[in-house]
Amino acid sequence: MSFIKTLATTKRVLSQLGHDRRTLALLFIVPPALLTILKYVFQGEPRVFATIAPMLLGIFPMIIMFLITSIVTLRERSSGTLNRLMTMPISKSDFIFGYAIAFCLLGLVQAMISSGVMLGLLRVTVIGGSITTMIVAVLAAFLGTALGLFTSAFASSEFQAVQFLPALIFPQLLVCGLFVARTEMAKPLQWLADIMPLTYSVDAMKQVTISSSWTNVLSRDLIVVACFAVVALILGAATIRRQE
Amino acid sequence: MEYSVKVKNLSVTLGGHFKALKNINLELPIGRTIGFIGPSGAGKTTLIRCIVGALRINLNEITVFDKLAGSQDLRQQVNYMTQELSVYPDLTVKENLKYFITMAGYSRKAAKDMLIEVLRLVDMTNISESLVSNLSSGQKQRVSLAVALIGSPKLIVLDEPTVGLDPVLREKLWNLFSNLASKGTTLIISSHSMEEAGRCDDLVLIRDGRLVAHSSPTELLHRTGTKTVEESFLKLVGDKE
Repeated sequence: MSFIKTLATTKRVLSQLGHDRRTLALLFIVPPALLTILKYVFQGEPRVFATIAPMLLGIFPMIIMFLITSIVTLRERSSGTLNRLMTMPISKSDFIFGYAIAFCLLGLVQAMISSGVMLGLLRVTVIGGSITTMIVAVLAAFLGTALGLFTSAFASSEFQAVQFLPALIFPQLLVCGLFVARTEMAKPLQWLADIMPLTYSVDAMKQVTISSSWTNVLSRDLIVVACFAVVALILGAATIRRQE
Repeated sequence: MEYSVKVKNLSVTLGGHFKALKNINLELPIGRTIGFIGPSGAGKTTLIRCIVGALRINLNEITVFDKLAGSQDLRQQVNYMTQELSVYPDLTVKENLKYFITMAGYSRKAAKDMLIEVLRLVDMTNISESLVSNLSSGQKQRVSLAVALIGSPKLIVLDEPTVGLDPVLREKLWNLFSNLASKGTTLIISSHSMEEAGRCDDLVLIRDGRLVAHSSPTELLHRTGTKTVEESFLKLVGDKE
């Protein structure tokens, strides 16, 4: 693996997105805008908004990064650039980590903007602190990136790539504990939630809202999310083949 | 004679049933422009992909500079231009080339010189800051070609490199290809244009996954008693059928 080639890939991915204003808007404007809308949806019940807003900060980065990464990587696979790169003296890790670093950086900026809006403008109190909030949000972005890289291998068009969102992400959204506490769900759904990475991302955000100190549960949640992301990255690397 | 590529009894089946290549045997000499000529769907791209190592084949069926096709050592020595655009439309010409130059392993200083050189070779210095998506299809093709010219490869494999280019630029590029070959680089150039075939030192005629002929254009015309490569091709195909 080459540090220079990895960083060159990171820079290239960021430059590509830098030329695409709509994607930048999706990354940086849509999440805080949705949070703002939600605040006024729950105008009569501010406590409900204060509970779910931080959890959404653990969900938005994952969904958006999943969507963008899967499509960007799919384009790379279908346009011939990946084939070309694979005939060059680079390792798969240069490519995969280049992407992962780029999207984690974007996730960091997204988390800073969203949490800034949530904590400042929307006046949501997160007793765990803004830094911990951002760490959880960046890990969620990392997870979305890794899952997007992996699943793009199973799509042959952008249309198919988008289909993974309702197929893979929406079920996680339903059982992650955002709408109903997991303990109140039917047992099979609880088991399903236990093996879904988004559950741990949302749970980590819950921890940040209920505890001012770094808890063991928070550490466990973050480790689980990171492990899921690393496994997805490794599987994603395995789907990149030099030879068909 | 020294050979850049040796192909032995190569057969390729795609998708489990389609026989894309049928028992191909070839020896391609070093320092020549070699045209892979044949109609669309003849198997030219499949053969090219086998040579650059993008397609899995049986061991020892293809060697490139005496190494197995696709082996790691060849990645510095073989440059490949795919039939698809294979560059990033949402980056500028310069950003694309800089990225691929870095991926080819050039240091920062050498990369600068290389960038200037490849831009000059494809005549794109004045539009290097343009986004690739804003260029014409011929210009996009030139960006892709520029990537294949990075470095000092021993073998350059170009899949339909002159499609959509104007005659003046095509002429320039063929001169460039001849110039590179005279310095010892082997160029494999696929084309379905019989007109361009006469510009090559060697011709490999392919049809329906089979090798129809392999010789120089002059030998081919002499052997078939025809005046153009197209006539030769038709005569050879007719003879075989």
